[in-house]
Amino acid sequence: MSTGLIFACGGAILFVMGVAGVILHDHLLRRILAFNLMGSGVFLVLIGLAQRGGVPDPVPQAMVLTGIVVAVAATALALTLARRLFALTGGYTLPKDGDE
Amino acid sequence: MIRSAVVILAALFAAALIVAFLDLPPAEIDLPAAVTANMAISGVDHPVTAVLLNFRGYDTLLEIGVLLLALIVVLAVAPREEVAAPLVASAADPVLQTLARIAVPLMLLAAVYLLWAGAHQTGGAFQAGAVLAAAAVLLHLAGLLPGWSAPGLSLRGGLAAGFLVFLAVAAALLTEGALLQYPPAWAGALILLVEATLAVSLGLILAGLFLFLS
Repeated sequence: MSTGLIFACGGAILFVMGVAGVILHDHLLRRILAFNLMGSGVFLVLIGLAQRGGVPDPVPQAMVLTGIVVAVAATALALTLARRLFALTGGYTLPKDGDE
Repeated sequence: MIRSAVVILAALFAAALIVAFLDLPPAEIDLPAAVTANMAISGVDHPVTAVLLNFRGYDTLLEIGVLLLALIVVLAVAPREEVAAPLVASAADPVLQTLARIAVPLMLLAAVYLLWAGAHQTGGAFQAGAVLAAAAVLLHLAGLLPGWSAPGLSLRGGLAAGFLVFLAVAAALLTEGALLQYPPAWAGALILLVEATLAVSLGLILAGLFLFLS
């Protein structure tokens, strides 16, 4: 098993932890963190799988570099929306189906 | 009950993904070889920079567009009760302030170095922009730079410059036949121009995502 494959498997575990976090947690801040965990897992999978043969591949590395910056922007956007929700409702949880 | 079901399903999902990874055949397209073969006409010496700004330049163009869009939405949505954010200088630690005053010029130097190094080794506009943004955030946390309320004309220009310059270069190169198809003789200079404006705009946008919200 090459190093790249270990990174990819670690990325898969991180991604799944993120998915479970998004489903299990109600607090939006935790959900945003879990979403970031999913993103980091995907980055690890991209980099790791591409270099599982031992040769680093610059194409996914460049994609992940852009992806990291976009993830920062997306996180900031999510935090802004969460703050807006707090300003409007006073809470950090989304309303459940059924209650209005 | 639901909790344990989710955890079990997630574990099964992870196991399935890992089995799929282990079973994956080698890639049929040899991208590293294609990149190496075209390095000579890319205008730079580092493969990641060549991919970012030449071979897959449109991805980077869209990416800076997405960042600008995210910042515009943040500006639109962010609550604006406090018109002028107060400078927290009185509460700030003098040790932190002195350290920030020493560190920020060095960070600017490091950003310029990273930008320049991107042509031939690890580095580039993204790293430089991130260091610039970190310098701005450090100044803000040390109480030396007030939070931004609404962007003035010059700040708006700086935020949009990276995207606009990149777009102008892409549009000017349409005569070459494809989007962002640099003529090999000009590729190095054009990439440096795009990277320099990108670094400044990225730094401002990333700093803005923090400073407009604080």
